[in-house]
Amino acid sequence: MFHRFLSIIRSQRTSPRWQNQCLARSSASASEAHSVTLPAQAEVVICGGGITGTSVAYHLSKMGWKDIVLLEQGRLAAGSTRFCAGILSTARHLTIEQKMADYSNKLYQQLEQETGIQTGYVRTGSVFLAQTQDRLISLKRINSRLNVIGIPSEIISPKKVAELHPFLNMHDLVGAMHVPEDAVVSSADVALALASAASQNGVQIYDRTSVLHVMVKKGQVTGVETDKGQIECRYFVNCAGQWAYELGLSNEEPVSIPLHACEHFYLLTRPLETPLQNNTPTIVDPDGRIYIRNWQGGILSGGFEKNPKPIFTEGKNQLEIQNLQEDWDHFEPLLSSLLRRMPELETLEIMKLVNCPETFTPDMRCIMGESPAVRGYFVLAGMNSAGLSFGGGAGKYLAEWIVNGYPSENVWELDLKRFGALQSSRTFLRHRVMEVMPLIYDLKVPRWDFQTGRQLRTSPLYDRLDAQGARWMEKHGFERPKYFVPPDKDLLALEQSKTFYKPDWFDIVEAEVKCCKEAVCVIDMSSFTKFEITSTGDQALDVLQFLFSNDLDVPVGHIVHTGMLNETGGYENDCSIARLSKRSFFMISPTDQQVHCWAWLRKHMPEDSSLVLEDVTWKYTALNLIGPRAVDVLSELSYAPMTPDHFPTLFCKEMSVGYANGIRVMSMTHTGEPGFMLYIPIEYALHVYNEVMNVGQKYGIRNSGYYALRSLRIEKFFAFWGQDLNTLTTPLECGRESRVKLDKGMDFMGQDALLQQKQNGVYKRFTMFILEDHDTDLDLWPWWGEPIYRNGRYAGQTTSSAYSYSLERHVCLGFVHNFSEDTGEEQVVTVDFINRGEYEIDIAGCRFQAKAKLYPIASLFTHKRRKDDVELSDLHGK
Amino acid sequence: MPAPTQLFFPLVRNCELSRIYGTACYCHHKHLCCSSPYLSQSHLRYTNHPAYATFSRPKESWWQYTQGRRYASTPQKFYLTPPQVNSILKANEYSFKVPEFDGKNVSSILGFDSNQLPANAPIEDRRSAATCLQTRGMLLGVFDGHAGCACSQAVSERLFYYIAVSLLPHETLLEIENAVESGRALLPILQWHKHPNDYFSKEASKLYFNSLRTYWQELIDLNTGESADIDVKEALINAFKRLDNDISLEAQVGDPNSFLNYLVLRVAFSGATACVAHVDGVDLHVANTGDSRAMLGVQEEDGSWSAVTLSNDHNAQNEREVERLKLEHPKNEAKSVVKQDRLLGLLMPFRAFGDVKFKWSIDLQKRVIESGPDQLNDNEYTKFIPPNYHTPPYLTAEPEVTYHRLRPQDKFLVLATDGLWETMHRHDVVKIVGEYLTGMHHQQPIAVGGYKVTLGQMHGLLTERRAKMSSVFEDQNAATHLIRHAVGNNEFGAVDHERLSKMLSLPEELARMYRDDITIIVVQFNSHVVGAYQNQE
Repeated sequence: MFHRFLSIIRSQRTSPRWQNQCLARSSASASEAHSVTLPAQAEVVICGGGITGTSVAYHLSKMGWKDIVLLEQGRLAAGSTRFCAGILSTARHLTIEQKMADYSNKLYQQLEQETGIQTGYVRTGSVFLAQTQDRLISLKRINSRLNVIGIPSEIISPKKVAELHPFLNMHDLVGAMHVPEDAVVSSADVALALASAASQNGVQIYDRTSVLHVMVKKGQVTGVETDKGQIECRYFVNCAGQWAYELGLSNEEPVSIPLHACEHFYLLTRPLETPLQNNTPTIVDPDGRIYIRNWQGGILSGGFEKNPKPIFTEGKNQLEIQNLQEDWDHFEPLLSSLLRRMPELETLEIMKLVNCPETFTPDMRCIMGESPAVRGYFVLAGMNSAGLSFGGGAGKYLAEWIVNGYPSENVWELDLKRFGALQSSRTFLRHRVMEVMPLIYDLKVPRWDFQTGRQLRTSPLYDRLDAQGARWMEKHGFERPKYFVPPDKDLLALEQSKTFYKPDWFDIVEAEVKCCKEAVCVIDMSSFTKFEITSTGDQALDVLQFLFSNDLDVPVGHIVHTGMLNETGGYENDCSIARLSKRSFFMISPTDQQVHCWAWLRKHMPEDSSLVLEDVTWKYTALNLIGPRAVDVLSELSYAPMTPDHFPTLFCKEMSVGYANGIRVMSMTHTGEPGFMLYIPIEYALHVYNEVMNVGQKYGIRNSGYYALRSLRIEKFFAFWGQDLNTLTTPLECGRESRVKLDKGMDFMGQDALLQQKQNGVYKRFTMFILEDHDTDLDLWPWWGEPIYRNGRYAGQTTSSAYSYSLERHVCLGFVHNFSEDTGEEQVVTVDFINRGEYEIDIAGCRFQAKAKLYPIASLFTHKRRKDDVELSDLHGK
Repeated sequence: MPAPTQLFFPLVRNCELSRIYGTACYCHHKHLCCSSPYLSQSHLRYTNHPAYATFSRPKESWWQYTQGRRYASTPQKFYLTPPQVNSILKANEYSFKVPEFDGKNVSSILGFDSNQLPANAPIEDRRSAATCLQTRGMLLGVFDGHAGCACSQAVSERLFYYIAVSLLPHETLLEIENAVESGRALLPILQWHKHPNDYFSKEASKLYFNSLRTYWQELIDLNTGESADIDVKEALINAFKRLDNDISLEAQVGDPNSFLNYLVLRVAFSGATACVAHVDGVDLHVANTGDSRAMLGVQEEDGSWSAVTLSNDHNAQNEREVERLKLEHPKNEAKSVVKQDRLLGLLMPFRAFGDVKFKWSIDLQKRVIESGPDQLNDNEYTKFIPPNYHTPPYLTAEPEVTYHRLRPQDKFLVLATDGLWETMHRHDVVKIVGEYLTGMHHQQPIAVGGYKVTLGQMHGLLTERRAKMSSVFEDQNAATHLIRHAVGNNEFGAVDHERLSKMLSLPEELARMYRDDITIIVVQFNSHVVGAYQNQE
């Protein structure tokens, strides 16, 4: 097998690269391929011989798995891998992406040595240009984050840029970022080298073999049907690139992999008169939407235009593939941009314009992980034209995932389960990727929202709230109000401003927060994931006791905050569970947990027909009444006493509100403020909302949005899963020992890990930082991902931040590590360690002093005494 | 022959006269302040006075000006911004899409775009579009008025009713007549597709209705009982002639209402050409009277565009028309009937509605004027009898009807007044509209394929192509797009914004020297339906 494979490589190496390769293979090897019979079974079948597929195969074989088959429908390293521009860049927005790219870089560098196959790896470095101050801020943010994970980079002046590249016009630049260790490499050769190494480790590779569909039995992969016969297998890995969507849907039990291809163009030129050095750095000019690298003495330049051309919407279409032609008119803006950046290239002769479709996902992050519907079905695809940069690292994480059951890093941001079936509409994908592709070079400012594919899931109150000035954000397809624009505000001016500084809604949210603290606000929180678990016997309680760390055997009507932990004690989900009756539980989780939590519960729940898990998200509209006056509003509407004596906190009761019966009222607000959550069957939603607003009027009620909620919960040190908490953080690391009942009388998942951690101490600690010398009006605002410095040394990153209107300070939440000064190894973090540090938060290269706190500030919780009616009328009159 | 010098030189009292005139014929020109208003029209010219002859040749001077690029030196200091240009160009644009049933458009017409750009103030061109409700088919027409807009306005309101009535079967006519008789609700005949600026005169509607009713009563009476298929060609000719006849009669009879009386006289004494298309399935009839033109845009198999003219201009350039005129009048008039390319040396179109000065006998003209209102009496133009006026009528409204059976390659029809055709060649018109309608897809893509091209050269080429394209995307209306080209095209056939801006910012009184009123209707055909018709047979 391996010899045959090498011959393929050899035949490819002799043919001129970049051109005519689709025709290359000799007919001899083709007929040979037909004669080869596939093995009847294997442990893992990987579909796709591009960079991701070969990388997964490589890493699986490195981890000791032998029984692996890789199938490629055409030839190895064809498709996007073949035509990829070959730029390896580590300057990414997400830390996990930076780590993947960094790993890829190191992997590719030593690949030639390992396999003897030339990969064309040259460490050129790359330069990111900033034409605007905002862009420079964005680069500075990336720069600080690159530095802390050990990737050298620096912000340089335009003058320095000119020294790095021979003919760059730098007159319109305000600065740049230089990443000296970035590289260029031939991606096809990298894929071949990875395949060759994998093959040496025993991976069997078959090209010209198409996967027709994946066979599934009882929600578990059992085999693969190909055009050359069946292979039984336990694991299937879909690395089919832009065909991954179709392949996913071809199963009997479809796997939704939301991605869509767009045409992507880049230009190749003949060599310059004095050929460009092969270590000339790659230039990325995001404001000009282009990248430029040296290529065989000439240049290779492409970009991400504002008006992308989506392709293959209706699936693989032979006609469209053949029609993939150069479209010069479409390339014109990018060409103009190139000539503006490098005017001297005017006389350079064109070789060709390459049209190479790239795959994009709805949120510009790649897709990896196990399907929530089919066990053993893994995916790695949708690389958003960074397949080469991510391929190595992503392949490694996925291999770990398959072998160990979880990757060594938190990859929730890339997890397939962040999407549901709702993102698999072809129309949605087509529209969304047209927004995503330009976004690659757009300025990424805090709190931007996608404009396309909106208004998919909405609460029944959507129109009502919209008419009252709601501005919306989207989470998991669900529209949620951000804040409410008062009628007298200029609507146009608001929405348009993108800034890293104080946003224009500052005053609006302040008013909403103030109302939450002094009167009462209502927030539509219908997007939260809601499950009901019921059983005929005690099964529900048993399974929940096993899956959740807190003790759920509480009296009926009580609500328990608890983590859903994995074997290592990390949070798979953080939720609130109300015991509705002895045998039924109501579970509230974050919005984007809908798929993940469902899959997790399904996976761990015993097959028992008497145990019923139901997703009731769509059945209830949730209104959050926050504020000291919520009690008054609700007691007036229900004629029931709602005071803490009658209705203590973390309590749940079905009662009538207005005319509507059967409203689940819970005394919690997700913010630490007093108030209630109302879970309303959707047909009553409008009625209850109207009643609440009518009655609430005299208590000063107003609509409020998630920005106010966020400010309230962060100032009280409430962690949110998906932002602050992930599968690698344990309750002990974020000060939630109280939510873990290690002695609840039965084993639960993650218990051993927690016990051990309790004994050994934690290696990171969730900490609240209050920025001291930060000027809210003038300084850059923190977002998330800012490096934390303890006594001048890097100690971790923030996970979320908000302005606290009560403290009149910015609050950042983040994890503090204790890296050993000598070895860099992680050491135990003690309370003392936290308290003895002097902290700084680095916002785009500028450090601000911060006060660290391990526990929330108590004064924020002291509820203001209820005031007399005289004062109330004052409030009313405002 | 009267001495026009004496008649017209009192125009030194210009203000006074133009005031009278302005009330007399409310929509007449005020431009060319040193000249007589009605002398400057393209269609009318008085040759006796050499000074006037040069002055009143706007077309010639237009060409001199544009070709010599003299217009650049006119003291125009302000430029219009592109949005301003667009707002001028788009002020009168109108689009109609044939509604779809069950997601399918079963009509052979997809829809039409129309627009007009005034040069006269107010504009003398008119346009109409309507769907026949009692018979199948759609009517579209452009009307170019001269000596005011009264006649073109009247024709634009009335002609389609006459055509529709001519097309109606006997039973429907009876039904309508009975309904009128018994005061029941009338069957609607036409569904109009009008721009808000296209108005109908309310005052005259009763009068017009009565004339129309007389027409259909006659049609009912004439019916011989044989319900033969109505011939569209004949119906069109009858409608044209009948309407012109009614215009003439109404003016002779007069009306007790003084306003109406004056209106019908103004209609009769002014003139209008008409170019009307009737589309029913694959049957396309074009009825033309005068020098507006209908042009079919045909896309050849290789994607290129060619033009098929569906109407003949009735003017001096048409030899057959000259021949017809000479035959209709005694030999001794052969020299005077067409003089200096004009009818009797005065009128450019050789067929027209109204213009009773070229139709009535001298006696009739004098009688009507004398008994008419004072305004008319004071009007020197109406009193003026054309020279060599021996054997009236010299002018007819009878249209020339062309039939064309639509083929799938016939993509669109352009109906436009001479304002368009005199600035643009028909091939350019068809090419511009064709490329506009098919959009960018049909622009040949560029391929480097083996040639030595530098980045700079490619960039230049692409910028040029984009400039061309951007003008397409500015317009949502094919007629607007065509006007943009007609007015703004430079020597290379590309829209030149500076030129466009200058042409559109000309003061009212100068505009007419550089261009005529332009009215365009672009009808888009539904190739699928047309193809289906073809396959049925």
